[in-house]
Amino acid sequence: MDAFFTSRAISDLLVGLVSGVSIGLVALSLVLIWRSTHILNFAQGAMATFAAYCGMSLLSYHVGFWWCFVVAIVAGFLLGGVTERVLVRPLYGKPEINPIVVMVGFLFLLESLIGAIWGTGIRAIPIPFSFIDWQLNGKTVVLSPVDVFVIIGAGVVTVCIAALFRYTNLGLQLRASAVAPEVSRLLGVRVSRMLTLGWILSSGVGVIAAILFACSGGYGAGLQPSMMEAPFAIAFIAAAVGGLDSPVGALFAGIAFGILQSFVDDYMNLNYSLMIMLGVLVAVLMVRPQGIFTKPVARRV
Amino acid sequence: MIRVTDLAVSYGAVEALRGVSFEAETGSVTAVIGANGAGKTTLLRTISGLVRPKAGAVDLDGTHLVGMRPEDIARHGIGHVPEGRGVIEEFTIEENLRLGALHGKQSLKAGLEDQFDLFPVLGERRRQPAGTLSGGERQMLAMARALIAKPIVLLLDEPSLGLAPIVTADLMRTVRELCESRNLTVILVEQDAMSALKVSERAVVLHVGRVAAYDTSDVVAADDDLRRYYLGIAQ
Repeated sequence: MDAFFTSRAISDLLVGLVSGVSIGLVALSLVLIWRSTHILNFAQGAMATFAAYCGMSLLSYHVGFWWCFVVAIVAGFLLGGVTERVLVRPLYGKPEINPIVVMVGFLFLLESLIGAIWGTGIRAIPIPFSFIDWQLNGKTVVLSPVDVFVIIGAGVVTVCIAALFRYTNLGLQLRASAVAPEVSRLLGVRVSRMLTLGWILSSGVGVIAAILFACSGGYGAGLQPSMMEAPFAIAFIAAAVGGLDSPVGALFAGIAFGILQSFVDDYMNLNYSLMIMLGVLVAVLMVRPQGIFTKPVARRV
Repeated sequence: MIRVTDLAVSYGAVEALRGVSFEAETGSVTAVIGANGAGKTTLLRTISGLVRPKAGAVDLDGTHLVGMRPEDIARHGIGHVPEGRGVIEEFTIEENLRLGALHGKQSLKAGLEDQFDLFPVLGERRRQPAGTLSGGERQMLAMARALIAKPIVLLLDEPSLGLAPIVTADLMRTVRELCESRNLTVILVEQDAMSALKVSERAVVLHVGRVAAYDTSDVVAADDDLRRYYLGIAQ
């Protein structure tokens, strides 16, 4: 049994799972925005990083990690809301290229801003969990308390988002505004408020994902201005493979890609993982252009 | 009572409505009929705030609706069942109804019971996705979703579109009963002019955005010229 838990395959699986849940969260945040506004938020990673910096910069003033975490999430909410109201709202109904250009520009602006305010070096985060992997009868299991924190954190966020959408009136209005904005308005739903809320939620999820990445050290321990570029690229592929309209698909595809990357990095070559993911993307889009998890709507004929 | 006064709507250079005026009495059905492109749907969309008029007024029991957002107009008691029904296919029947009840004047439980009494088939299939319903069932769901909010005025846009005559007759009977039992004011836009005239007290005949006639439905139905020139109904 010990040999099983410390085997190479299980180690790869655990490493992949830890990075996969965070990728899944970023993919989920992309899907939340896509479903409500049909905009691919290329600045999602940078927005999350900026908000994470805002919160974690308070560490310099001896504020505790958890308070910094909360402030980062609130900063994410604010940034998401302001971005939608100021930057995105004028783009509704405009040609599809406009939001792409604006959000890519916003991505570079935010990354530059982070560098200008906090510097471009790695900013360490004193995470209140150990990085040291557990031992099983003298052998290392590639799982540490911080990894468990990342997995549980991502799980809690996912369950909260799912419950919000499935069981609450707010979730019902958010879903309705996304799929049928005009009908929703005729039923008294304040759709523009729901769109802003969608961005707020998405931005909050993105910040949590960014902090979990920073904690797991998967892409460099601590915060860096461009730390979310690679996770964003993978999350984007995952969201497209899972289905841009499917939060569940984005999550599963994110986890699957995290695990795939871990195995490819270990058994093949570090340079192959992105190439293989893109290959999967092309293959899936050729067979199911809407993504694996986006179901065609059932109709009576 | 809902009063429309001198309503004018333009889509760019095209005038969709010009000087449209009429009143719909509380607890009555007012039919809006006319050929394709007469401006019937535009009229309903303007009343519910989806289209901004160039001029004119819409008053609901003394409240001016022009300039309000559609969601605020809905909360003032205007229920609008749009052309094509607008049921949310991804949602179950119950979720569609929950959405309708959110800003209504009764509890969800009471509202659901009320609508399932009116349309029992919806109650039997409450957990079924709306996308799997037939045309007639979708129309029932769209009406139930509007009615669950207890509107003062119900705007119905082409409810008979794509339905079998027997289903249309049932729907029209339901509309009539709703007016009488709940004192509901209905503005009914219909391609099928004769069905609409049978169920309504008054009728507005629209022709290229203007009111060609506004009278009791009996008078409109009996006017051979109106029937021939504006409604395309042979004698």
